[in-house]
Amino acid sequence: MYPSAFEYYRPSSVSEVVQLLSQNPDAKLLAGGHSLVPAMKLRLSSPAALIDITRIPELSGIRDAGDRVVIGATTTYDEVMRSELVQRTLPILPEAIDVIGDLQVRNLGTIGGSLAHADPAADLPAVMLALGAELKAVGPSGERTIPADEFFVDLFTTALQPNEVLTEIAIPKPSGRTGMAYEKFANPASGYAVVGAAAVVTLGDDGRVSAARVAVTGAGPYAVRRTETEQALIGQEPTTEVIKQASQRASEGMTFNSDVFASEEYRAHLTRVFVGRAIAKAAQRARG
Amino acid sequence: MAVTKLFGASVKRREDPRLITGRGNFTDHIKLPGTLFMALKRSPHAHARIVRIDTSKARAMPGVVAVYTGQDLVDKLAPVPCAWLVPDSDLKVPTYRALAVDKVRYVGDAVAAVVAENRYIAEDAAEAIEVEYEVLPAVVDQEKATQEGAPQLYDDVPNNIAFHWKLHAGDFDSAWNQAEVKLTRRFINHRLIPSAMEPRGALAYFNPGTGDLTIWCTSQNPHVHRLLLSAVTGIPETRIRVIATDVGGGFGSKIPMYAGEMLASAISRDLGRPIKWFESRRENYVATIHGRDHIQYVDVAATRDGKITGIRVKSYANLGAYLSTASPGVPTWLFGLMLCGAYTIPVVHVDVYGVVTNTTPTDAYRGAGRPEATYLLERVMDLLARELRMDPAEIRRKNFIPKEQFPYTTATGLQYDSGDYEATLDRALELVNYQQLRREQEELRAQGRYLGIGFSTYVEVCGLAPSAAAGAMGFQGGLWESATVRVHPSGKVSVFTGSNPHGQGEETTFAQLVADELGVPIDDVEIVHGDTEMIPFGMGTYGSRSLAVGGTAVIMATRKIKDKATKIAAHLLEVAPEDVAFENGRFFVKGAPDRAKTFQEVAGAAYLAWSMPEGVTPGLEETHFHDPINNTFPFGCHICVVEVDPDTGRVSFRKYVAVDDVGNVVNPMIVDGQVHGGIAQGLAQAVYEFAAYDESGQLLTATMMDYAIPKATMLPRFDVDRTVTPTPVNPMGAKGAGETGTIASTPAVANAIIDALSPLGIDHIDIPLTPERIWRAVQERRG
Ligand SMILES: Cc1cc2nc3c(=O)[nH]c(=O)nc-3n(C[C@H](O)[C@H](O)[C@H](O)COP(=O)(O)OP(=O)(O)OC[C@H]3O[C@@H](n4cnc5c(N)ncnc54)[C@H](O)[C@@H]3O)c2cc1C
Repeated sequence: MYPSAFEYYRPSSVSEVVQLLSQNPDAKLLAGGHSLVPAMKLRLSSPAALIDITRIPELSGIRDAGDRVVIGATTTYDEVMRSELVQRTLPILPEAIDVIGDLQVRNLGTIGGSLAHADPAADLPAVMLALGAELKAVGPSGERTIPADEFFVDLFTTALQPNEVLTEIAIPKPSGRTGMAYEKFANPASGYAVVGAAAVVTLGDDGRVSAARVAVTGAGPYAVRRTETEQALIGQEPTTEVIKQASQRASEGMTFNSDVFASEEYRAHLTRVFVGRAIAKAAQRARG
Repeated sequence: MAVTKLFGASVKRREDPRLITGRGNFTDHIKLPGTLFMALKRSPHAHARIVRIDTSKARAMPGVVAVYTGQDLVDKLAPVPCAWLVPDSDLKVPTYRALAVDKVRYVGDAVAAVVAENRYIAEDAAEAIEVEYEVLPAVVDQEKATQEGAPQLYDDVPNNIAFHWKLHAGDFDSAWNQAEVKLTRRFINHRLIPSAMEPRGALAYFNPGTGDLTIWCTSQNPHVHRLLLSAVTGIPETRIRVIATDVGGGFGSKIPMYAGEMLASAISRDLGRPIKWFESRRENYVATIHGRDHIQYVDVAATRDGKITGIRVKSYANLGAYLSTASPGVPTWLFGLMLCGAYTIPVVHVDVYGVVTNTTPTDAYRGAGRPEATYLLERVMDLLARELRMDPAEIRRKNFIPKEQFPYTTATGLQYDSGDYEATLDRALELVNYQQLRREQEELRAQGRYLGIGFSTYVEVCGLAPSAAAGAMGFQGGLWESATVRVHPSGKVSVFTGSNPHGQGEETTFAQLVADELGVPIDDVEIVHGDTEMIPFGMGTYGSRSLAVGGTAVIMATRKIKDKATKIAAHLLEVAPEDVAFENGRFFVKGAPDRAKTFQEVAGAAYLAWSMPEGVTPGLEETHFHDPINNTFPFGCHICVVEVDPDTGRVSFRKYVAVDDVGNVVNPMIVDGQVHGGIAQGLAQAVYEFAAYDESGQLLTATMMDYAIPKATMLPRFDVDRTVTPTPVNPMGAKGAGETGTIASTPAVANAIIDALSPLGIDHIDIPLTPERIWRAVQERRG
């Protein structure tokens, strides 16, 4: 539980971060430290330097950008949960954050840290996929925007380059009759998701599903959209039977993790069950 | 009478303000100038020959003071001792080195020790040690380990069987042949990791000038550790001081002698500098003992009306790679003797194979042997009830030892002190509203919902004693306890107890006893423990023995004080001692209550000694070594109510009722706390906690990310109640409450879950009943 030695930097601007990253190829960004520091203590990660990004004002905060809500990368879980704007427009975020870790974790952990870390069992990746978020990254060659759908690429691996910093997450505000829900099966040891399912369901005036985004975390190496399930919902009235049929497809084409607590087969089963539960809840909420 | 002022009162724990404000004296809080920090290089392999150890890189690192391998210490440190030499069992105790020589036998086995100027350097240097291993095939399953062709851990332990212990009471064959009903089962009682809040550690300082070794360490039994440290280092006991004032939990894991504490001592002697060593949680998980881990074969003979006529058990106990200090005694005596449970089972045959495997050593873990016996019996009761279509409460009632038969001698030879088992069952049934619950269960079943009710009517042995029994069982120590009560001239009282609480609250309960006896305010009584220099001798805190044995020693010493003080008071009052009465801290002349001396006045007089009665020496201090005549046997009934979600296998707890009988209770709040914590631990064995190894001997649950200790949100509300059947064994009539919850709860929870699933035809699933296991069992039945 004793990390090896490292340098420590505390830049005050994003450009300084980018510069430090270029100069220190073995450095890691330090946000809330609630994934990185435990890994360092177990010596699973031994970065030569840490670049602390928690004192950079431009990286933190939540703002209303008209049709979108923009959240700075180092905004803590707690700040997001308490934001009135978020509670009103994106209630799935407080719902999911409420089941992340404990109070200490939520006080220090950051939105950007969770997404950049891409822990296969983290909760927010699925939520961001379901919300259709866009992630902004800054690197030596400037700024780019990465859709959530392209962001999570493998176990602990994202589309971010080693010399890029995630700066903000822009989330479209839902329109019309939209309901959203996050359903989690937490591991009794770690509290992380064995399976977590996020669903955002929009109903047309006819009561049929006009748009649906469904994503799963915990089950496989990285969080994924479940487009077959979404397709099976669109144009349908979200009855128990329709939801059941759609959620049956949630495990199609997926790779599943296996560990002492849950086998691949069981995770596949849980994926179907929790996707069904998330959709049912989201649809119920959309109906109002 | 001046009794029972504080006895029975929920006095708030006096130790808590210190502990919860971070002002405790835990080992890691002690700092000595010039301290070096030790880190251990541990084996990543479960079974391997050590080909070569290259310490040159580590030695060359700035800040590194010394590096030791096993070979370096062979002459400086004797092997880790085993102190429970179970007789008549062909016991073999293989050599257990603090640092492995030649071979490693489990993942975590230490191969080298580094000492450096700080902990960071020590860890870096340990990482820099290069060890070349020749990896050998490993075996982790104790039953497989005994089979033909299994990897052998030792040349002198054939088939990996360290002992075969048997206890055959009565004629099982004839019970079996005459049985109207027979039941045959295999149960697994899986391995657990004790997970005390404070890991183990030590600060050892051998002063080359005085030749004294002082060691602060995480110990449940400092005197025992002093004795064992003396044996392994050769330093005389008189020159060793062991201090363990505040210890952050143990659950048995801080009873044994371990490599870390031994190494810190030996290396401090070698270097003449203080050595601090503390486990990380990960090391705690691989290198501090584990508990349980039995594979049990059970045959039960019974009559058609539900009476058990005989039980036969063959158990394979996984001892791990080495024999830890008490390990042979736990799966034998503490298990086998308890196989009658609360029932009149006339015939018991037990055969236990103690097997070495490439896993972390096992030893006593809260309950130690009794949970393994109780789970077995309580599962058997439910299986039998089901077979005979009897109510699980009624089959238990039918087999209970009737209250008129106490003291009751079991087939296994124990003498149960006192009991009224039906009373706890009746009270629990009432609290849980049993008839109503069964009706609700019927209704829910009709709706496709799975509600289950589980019982556990347990009895356990605690107050571990007496010494003669310890000797007969091969335990290399006595099981008495000591106390010294020192009254100071001001009348304030210091009590020195050989018990060493590490969470149990004796600083409060023992003070309650003394305040009552002497009629002094509780604030005038200080309880001193955990320092071998202050306390005459102590066997320590484990086996729910502190109050029953240590508390009795305190009372007896206090009564000697009262006797002497009475003589002095009589002398001062110029009457005969027979004419003096003592009440509320006042000695007075019988019939003339105004002629009185306070306890404080008498204490002062004892120290002034200007005028003492004939033959009475100055001072007011008494010591008592108490060796009880018997153990105590608490009992009770726990009922758990669950609902199982068949789609996911998840269990939700609806209700948990515990009615325990621990005899008279000194401090109900503390006993409630013990019961709550115990239930949490035992419930966790049923549904959350399990240690898992892969085939190659890697511990897969080596951190709390994978090993699920229970959190408050994962537990139901506990409805706790008690009946009171005092024990005749000690003057308080108190039994013991440290392990009842753990022992009782595992089967209550397992039985509830299996009862819930019974409409599907499921009558047994091995614990831990994780959601996946339950889901699979449901899938199998539903197709
Ligand atoms: C006890 C405990 C329980 C937890 N339970 C849960 C849970 O139930 N669900 C869950 O989802 N998580 C859980 N977590 C993880 C927690 O949510 C982490 O805080 C989060 O995953 C990482 O955020 P952080 O700000 O702490 O990142 P850090 O640990 O500081 O960083 C994580 C990684 O991301 C990189 N990084 C951080 N910020 C950026 C950025 N802006 N741009 C580029 N790279 C960046 C870092 O370099 C590092 O590699 C738990 C953690 C703990 C300690």
